[in-house]
Amino acid sequence: MNLTLKIWRQKSTNDQGKIVEYKVTDISEDMSFLEMIDVLNYDLVEKGDDPVTFDHDCREGICGMCSMFINGEAHGPNRGVTTCQLHMRSFKDGETIYIEPWRSAGFPVIKDLMVDRGAFDRIQQAGGFISVNTSGRTLDANAIPVPKEDADKSFDAATCIGCGACVATCPNGSAMLFVSAKVSQYALLPQGQVERKERVLNMVKKMDEEGFGNCSNIGACEVQCPKGISLENIARMNREYLMASIKPEN
Amino acid sequence: MAAGLFKSSITKKFWMSLTGIFLISFLVVHCAINATIFFNDGGKTFNLWAHFMGTNIIVRTMEIGLFVGLILHIVDGLMLYFQNRAARPVKYAYEKASASSTWYSRSMALLGTIILLFLIVHLYHFWLRTRITGLTIAEPEMIINGKLYENLYGEMELIFSYSWVVILYVLGCISLFWHLLHGFKSAFQSIGLNHSKYKNTIALVGDAFSIIIPAVFAAMPIAFYFKLVH
Amino acid sequence: MALNSRIPEGPLDQKWTKYKNSVKLVNPANKRSIEVIVVGTGLAGASAAASLAEMGYKVKALCFQDSPRRAHSIAAQGGINAAKNYMNDGDSTFRLFYDTIKGGDYRSREGNVHRLAEVSTNIIDQCVAQGVPFARDYGGLLDNRSFGGTQVSRTFYAKGQTGQQLLLGAYSAMSRQVGKGNITLLNRHEMLDIVIVDGKARGIIARNMVTGEIERHSAHAVALCTGGYGNVFFLSTNAMGSNVTAAWRAHRRGALFANPCFTQIHPTCIPVSGDHQSKLTLMSESLRNDGRIWVPKFKEDAEAIRAKKLRPVDLAEDRRDYYLERRYPAFGNLVPRDIASRAAKERCDEGFGVNSTGEAVYLDFSAAIVRYGKAEANVKGLHNASEAEIVAMGKKVVESKYGNLFQMYEQIVAENPYETPMMIYPAVHYTMGGLWVDYELMTTIPGCYACGEANFSDHGANRLGASALMQGLADGYFVLPYTIGNYLADEIRTGAISTNTPEFEEAEKNVRNQLESFFTTNGTKPVDYFHKKLGKIMWNMCGMARNKPGLEQAIADIRQLREDFYKNVKVPGSTKGMNPELEKAARVADFIELGELMCIDALDRNESCGGHFREEYQTEEGEALRDDEKYMYVAAWEFTGNPSEPKLNKEDLVYENIKVSARSYK
Repeated sequence: MNLTLKIWRQKSTNDQGKIVEYKVTDISEDMSFLEMIDVLNYDLVEKGDDPVTFDHDCREGICGMCSMFINGEAHGPNRGVTTCQLHMRSFKDGETIYIEPWRSAGFPVIKDLMVDRGAFDRIQQAGGFISVNTSGRTLDANAIPVPKEDADKSFDAATCIGCGACVATCPNGSAMLFVSAKVSQYALLPQGQVERKERVLNMVKKMDEEGFGNCSNIGACEVQCPKGISLENIARMNREYLMASIKPEN
Repeated sequence: MAAGLFKSSITKKFWMSLTGIFLISFLVVHCAINATIFFNDGGKTFNLWAHFMGTNIIVRTMEIGLFVGLILHIVDGLMLYFQNRAARPVKYAYEKASASSTWYSRSMALLGTIILLFLIVHLYHFWLRTRITGLTIAEPEMIINGKLYENLYGEMELIFSYSWVVILYVLGCISLFWHLLHGFKSAFQSIGLNHSKYKNTIALVGDAFSIIIPAVFAAMPIAFYFKLVH
Repeated sequence: MALNSRIPEGPLDQKWTKYKNSVKLVNPANKRSIEVIVVGTGLAGASAAASLAEMGYKVKALCFQDSPRRAHSIAAQGGINAAKNYMNDGDSTFRLFYDTIKGGDYRSREGNVHRLAEVSTNIIDQCVAQGVPFARDYGGLLDNRSFGGTQVSRTFYAKGQTGQQLLLGAYSAMSRQVGKGNITLLNRHEMLDIVIVDGKARGIIARNMVTGEIERHSAHAVALCTGGYGNVFFLSTNAMGSNVTAAWRAHRRGALFANPCFTQIHPTCIPVSGDHQSKLTLMSESLRNDGRIWVPKFKEDAEAIRAKKLRPVDLAEDRRDYYLERRYPAFGNLVPRDIASRAAKERCDEGFGVNSTGEAVYLDFSAAIVRYGKAEANVKGLHNASEAEIVAMGKKVVESKYGNLFQMYEQIVAENPYETPMMIYPAVHYTMGGLWVDYELMTTIPGCYACGEANFSDHGANRLGASALMQGLADGYFVLPYTIGNYLADEIRTGAISTNTPEFEEAEKNVRNQLESFFTTNGTKPVDYFHKKLGKIMWNMCGMARNKPGLEQAIADIRQLREDFYKNVKVPGSTKGMNPELEKAARVADFIELGELMCIDALDRNESCGGHFREEYQTEEGEALRDDEKYMYVAAWEFTGNPSEPKLNKEDLVYENIKVSARSYK
């Protein structure tokens, strides 16, 4: 298949940036979206042009590094997949495809389609952990049974890959889905109870400082999340936060 | 205190939700009382209730609360709106928002603004006249059970005889419908009440509420205009 | 060079305890002034950085990705082994030790492996305390499943995302220390050289990948936790960025590289679909618990299937060849990876392959779906359930176990694996070889350590499933934090290390020269051109089956490729700023040198063992034929200045607690 690509090109964070049009030909339907970009870049390098910079690593939908806003949607038109898992059979021959970076005040563009998601790391550093030192002498793993339902829900929240599609797709540029997934994972486990209040207060504080927008329950994040993280997590975080604000001490 | 109220994204949402639920509860009362015009008793029941609402000290006190709530809802909403806009300084060249969300959930500020404009006209039409300047109809009072009562019903009849007013009110109600359709569910989500067990119930009640209340409200000017009530 | 593995004296099960009781300690006040650089933030790196920072050392952690959480440990699917014996099926530390040694085809160290088995139980405790949501049963206790090469259920898991959960656990521990200021996190930084002062590792040269700046970082010790080198094959299940550069640069500076030819080809990966392919995707080994592997019994059926004239579901049971069950009745579909991979290759080479390229076998879940469906019907008391109902219920159960994997498969292949059998083929997955380390995980450069997949020590010639996560975390959480103290105890008087020394100067210049040299060629071909070529050479001649003429050819081809690369590679842009092509060029330069060493190592090892299968050395039944007499050693290669002339050093392997025998899974 042959395609027209309209790709955001930006030399550096402070560069203005613009959409540039490219043509790619002989694209196989079995290619992944990133392999299609590989083809473009190979051609660009051969021609002596600057290839398109984009983040990617595992290419199997789990590392959360790939991050393209394709035809107006985070990770493209398919649901439950990341950009790297999107295949060209989802597009039509002759189609024009817009490719843009994640847009958020919290995610400055580094180059072209690559953004800086350090804000997510910093939110995690503010409280996304259980304070237990490595000793090898903690309780036996089976000492505290965890109801299967809680363990499963905690796991579902923990499957977040931190790709930032929620922020990219949210009309408000809010990071609530990401933060709430982490808050929920720990709030649902007995191990997470001790720091429960402090954690949610600190993580939300950091989230606000990083310049993300506010959640207005539009729900686009849940739809576009490649891992299907549920909005219920945001409700849980709201609950946790309000309880912790009313009575901060344990 | 004021800083504390809006200290974080979640507290802002919390107040948005709380004032929203408060305004929703007001709508129930307002709608129920106004619906008495459909009793077709020449506005007697309605005027009695209007008198009660205009004179009862508790209700009048709550009215102040209502205004405070409304202003809080507006101010908070505007703060959220501008912060959210700032959170995406560079817009997408191509955005297919409809693929993952409803237009009205993304347009709460716009819908709210339309409702606010409507409210200004609405307050001028009724609240200002009944509370401060007095009614404009020729006979501003009517006798019910041997006593004189303000004839707010008559004022409604007069105002809703103008077609542009009816259109404006119906537009206000339509905006209210979309605003509620998202706002009702959203209010519960913001205070943390979203759980797979009762999610569907909230959605159902919210949808029903968003349809019924604006529909009943919209029926009023229409009914007056077409003289379906008397 | 004389290699001393420094394994403590004494009985096997007391070596580690004795070591810990006598190891030198660094007092808390001194730890504050000692710096450690940890390169890589996967399971080994993140857990090491977190643990060292908790202990009080000043830690710098580097990763080339945008966040430590992206490290490729995250993609591990199936699970992590631990000798907890929660299932009460007779597991023990010794059995885990024994299975690992046997699984590794008797090419790993007893002392290291036993220590690994000992600390395996601590890992699970630690991870649960950190909030890792492992799978649990209805009683709320941890669930286990079985994995290839063992006869007990000792694998802890979190659906098909165990690696993700464990990495995020280590990442959270690390994040806590970053928040406290005990770890300085340098993301989008790539180590390009190690700096040696007076014979000791004293720092590194790294490139800030965003600005392009070349930075000097000094430390009292450097830990390389940089993963494996599977990407030398271009196509592998590794992440696109996974590379050997940090380890290789250390090798060039004097760290020996051990058993480079020991690579693991994983039997259950999605087959290659075309030349455009950039990477291969693994389907967890756990699928072999429930899937049955087969090819058609008759060639005409295989040909019909390849021509799409026959659907696999329509092929009668007696016309199918469940070759693993046939050849290895005791372990069946659960034989170790090397054996399963070779068996698949053997069938496909014989012409029984099932996809258009002829390089795929079936992994069939229809029997499991019916089995689970029947069990579910019984649980629900539906004794007259129709076949369709049973299948529907069975699919639900299979979905709950492997849903994410099935979805992934469907995305890539566009076929529904619930309806038609999956197609799989072996792919490069893991490298058992790596930097040579002693019992303390120290390389032959004093003060330079290697942990996780980057070292060679625990898996011998073949790694068992669910053991990589175990080793990564064992090294990072429980081994390195103790052993590094033994070295750093002598560093308390060193004080801060200056980066303004001739050694740093020389190393930085070295890095700059290499990077700038890519822009002085008048090349025409992108880096990927050479990488793909190298991959083909490696896969065809140093892959699942190797032989002498092939390896000699490969060595010649690689030498030529290296020359071609330096003459004709084209790297756009400059050393300034973000330049992914430049990063790739530097990595591929190292892969080319490593590839040659792998072939030299494979050529030197005139035996078949584990993942290293030399066609000249096999039994009449086609099984690997070891030569314990001559090759029971670790081949540790020394860089001599010329990549084509590495020097072999041997560390003899001594088995005092296990009787070395032929590996049999029949």
